[in-house]
Amino acid sequence: MTDTSDTTARPGRRAVFEAALRRRSMRIAATSTAAVLLAIVLLVPLAPGWEAVKKSFFNGPVFSKTFPGLLDAFLLDIAIFAWSLPLIAILSLVVAICRDIQRPALYPLKLFATLYTDIFRGLPVILVIYLIGFGVPGLGLPRPWNSPYIWGSLALILVYSAYVAEVIRSGIESIHRSQRSAALSLGLSSGDTMRFVVLPQALRNVVPANMNLVIALQKDVALLSFVGPVEIFRQAGVYKSLYANFTPYVGAALIFLIITIPATRYADYLMHKRRRIEQ
Amino acid sequence: MKTIVTALCATLVATAATAGNDCTAGKTLEDGVLTIATGNPAYFPWVIDDAPETKQGFEAAVAYAIANEMGFEDDAVSWVRTSFDEAIQPGAKNFDINMQQYSITPEREEMVDFSLPYYTSAMAILTTATVVEAVGDPAPEALKGLLWGAMAGTTGAMMIDDAIGPEKDILLYNDNTDVTQAIQAGQIDAALFDLPTALYLSAVTVENGALLGQFPAERSQNPDQFGILMEDGNPLKACVDAAIEALTASGQLAALEAEWLAAATGVPVIE
Repeated sequence: MTDTSDTTARPGRRAVFEAALRRRSMRIAATSTAAVLLAIVLLVPLAPGWEAVKKSFFNGPVFSKTFPGLLDAFLLDIAIFAWSLPLIAILSLVVAICRDIQRPALYPLKLFATLYTDIFRGLPVILVIYLIGFGVPGLGLPRPWNSPYIWGSLALILVYSAYVAEVIRSGIESIHRSQRSAALSLGLSSGDTMRFVVLPQALRNVVPANMNLVIALQKDVALLSFVGPVEIFRQAGVYKSLYANFTPYVGAALIFLIITIPATRYADYLMHKRRRIEQ
Repeated sequence: MKTIVTALCATLVATAATAGNDCTAGKTLEDGVLTIATGNPAYFPWVIDDAPETKQGFEAAVAYAIANEMGFEDDAVSWVRTSFDEAIQPGAKNFDINMQQYSITPEREEMVDFSLPYYTSAMAILTTATVVEAVGDPAPEALKGLLWGAMAGTTGAMMIDDAIGPEKDILLYNDNTDVTQAIQAGQIDAALFDLPTALYLSAVTVENGALLGQFPAERSQNPDQFGILMEDGNPLKACVDAAIEALTASGQLAALEAEWLAAATGVPVIE
């Protein structure tokens, strides 16, 4: 740890005291972290079942044999994520705007948007994937329109759009009414008000909240495996059956973390930045 | 409810006289009781109506035959249910032996123990009559162009790549029902199952279902042999193996097979 006090020419007594306090808390934090890590490293292997757990979950040979295959399968996850995300962005924006409709004549749109968010936020993702992924193709669509990639992705898009739409709506509502009144009095149409005044601010306000949903989406892509596609979760399951060993799941978890931890940190950073601006 | 029934059965059985022969003494979870695990649910024709204690179905019948051979009376057999994952997870097990069409593979054998095989299965291609008409002769070349599916975690899923090498990615599903739904919805053309399961599904579950062909049971490359799964290093393995050997030698195993598993002479063989 560097001593910050030597940047000032003559540190005051308070600065010296605070630096010492900081050093002390750093020392305590480092010691307690080291103690906890040491306890885990020393105590867990003492458990009677450790050898068996190690063989089943942290099996080196199985790991090295399956990891390349898992990485390969992860490309499918990334592809599904990549084509779902823009569609979620569009659909959720449309739904959020529909929910904000003020004109009586367009009330059916508002009602539909409300029903939509209520239904899809209230259903478990996996149920929607099952129902749409198997149900719609069962109607007798010809190939390639009955592909599980299409309908599974659509299920994911529908569910996540409902969540994102609610987040965007909260952003829209966070813009004070006076701004709309001001825009209208300047001669902007209500559409232009939404487009040039409300949405730019609203969307910026909800970026951190949406980042959380993006991270959740990265993981939920794996649920598509239930209707057929062999992505990383399914591939890990196949390896698990083949080797009667859970190590492939640990490998898959590692691959997910490599992607999601930086994304989570980035979301934290955005939230932090937002707070600083607001203060 | 099921746990209560199981617990009741267990207590009832525990109060009965101790059973088992010299080989099994002290090696079962509960003295004098053989605890056998099967799938949840257990499928036809392996267990009929998901009720193994009725001895109906091939595996249910074989389980009781093995138990009797090991010196356990019928009422000294207790049933539990496990998934595949529960069967292979480290830690204490709630079963002595586990029987749910586990294929014996050398990779699996490193983690768990298998008995001698009690059945060798042919693999059959489940599809619909429409596809059979379109394909005609089930030559390996014609099979490559189909869209393939299988139940994840089965040897069927692993065999498609080796035996057929399809052009398009395989789709994998959680259970039989999902596979048949995918066939019905036209999302896949065909799926690979062990022959008895395929026969049942084509006759009962899949509308317009048909079998395109079978890979013979005695094929040279990875024959699909079912073994009873036990915890790695389970001392009971020797007793189970001895029982299966005796049943094979006496022809009882073959008789049970003939009784419960339909003959499949009409299905064309793929070389």
